[in-house]
Amino acid sequence: MTLIALLLVLVMVVAAVTALLSRSHLTAVVSTSLLSLALTLLFVLLKAPDVAMTEGVVGAGLGSLILAMALSRLALNRGED
Amino acid sequence: MSDLVKRVEWTPLLFSVGLGCLLLPLFLALPFGNSPMVAGEMIQQAAQGVQGAVVDSVGAANLVTSVVLAYRGLDTLGELAILFAAATGAGMVLQSGSAALHQNTKMHKHIDSEINLGELFDSAATMLTPLLLLVGVYIILHGHLTPGGGFQGGVVVAVALFLPSWARNGGGQLSHKVISRIEGGAGASFIVIGLVALWQGDPFLTPWLAQGELGELFSAGTLPLLYLMVGLKVGAELAALLKYLAIDEQVQS
Repeated sequence: MTLIALLLVLVMVVAAVTALLSRSHLTAVVSTSLLSLALTLLFVLLKAPDVAMTEGVVGAGLGSLILAMALSRLALNRGED
Repeated sequence: MSDLVKRVEWTPLLFSVGLGCLLLPLFLALPFGNSPMVAGEMIQQAAQGVQGAVVDSVGAANLVTSVVLAYRGLDTLGELAILFAAATGAGMVLQSGSAALHQNTKMHKHIDSEINLGELFDSAATMLTPLLLLVGVYIILHGHLTPGGGFQGGVVVAVALFLPSWARNGGGQLSHKVISRIEGGAGASFIVIGLVALWQGDPFLTPWLAQGELGELFSAGTLPLLYLMVGLKVGAELAALLKYLAIDEQVQS
């Protein structure tokens, strides 16, 4: 249980650093989504299903969708930088 | 060469079978129709042990819902107002931007033809929409029984409604008039349900229908109704926002 939580936190940290450092916008969006997903699992682990549901639906799902659509609207989704 | 073609055709089949194997145990384990749905034994025990009166006075099996909609109902109304303001603001910005986009229609058409979302996404959207709708409606309607509720379910419903039109690069299957009617009606109903409690002499948004049995679908008075309204409002709002964000909005408006 603690090991899984540590692993999830590690995934979250790596995803956050990737989002900060990555040169591609799309990679950053995907990393934030991954961060939210790991956070969702962490919430499930901590027995907070209501918060986990909100985080999964809004953070990992809709937020990433809106960010990705904004990228595609601004035509930033194909460039390297 | 024919080897490659065979592999390409087998991959989605393998994926579907894998997904089916994954979903089947979940589906079989679902307690459909078992009437006393009481999720979160720990929360229930804590609720009965510490605040004994909470479950009795509202009658919602999901204690979080009884807090969100009954004890802090006004906060939820404020939350709805914030979401409404945010969605309206984003919609206004995107709409005024669509006039400028109009001039660049050719450029955008060019981009559209380059972005090919692909067969896989298209098929997945078609297959996922009914499932997502079912999950969303389930989450909304069982908000007072199991974790979840109007906000979470509303987001799922919004994405479910939007996904197929997005996959086909259309973004225009949803009628703006219908969406705004649903949104306004749901918001107004939420307030009217609260005002009826006021008219009966209770504080604003006090649950006022019969409480029923703890864990039944029709229980907890007006809380399921309130969550249904929240779900409709959030779903309509976010579907409209996603529609505004869809890249070839300008063709529709």
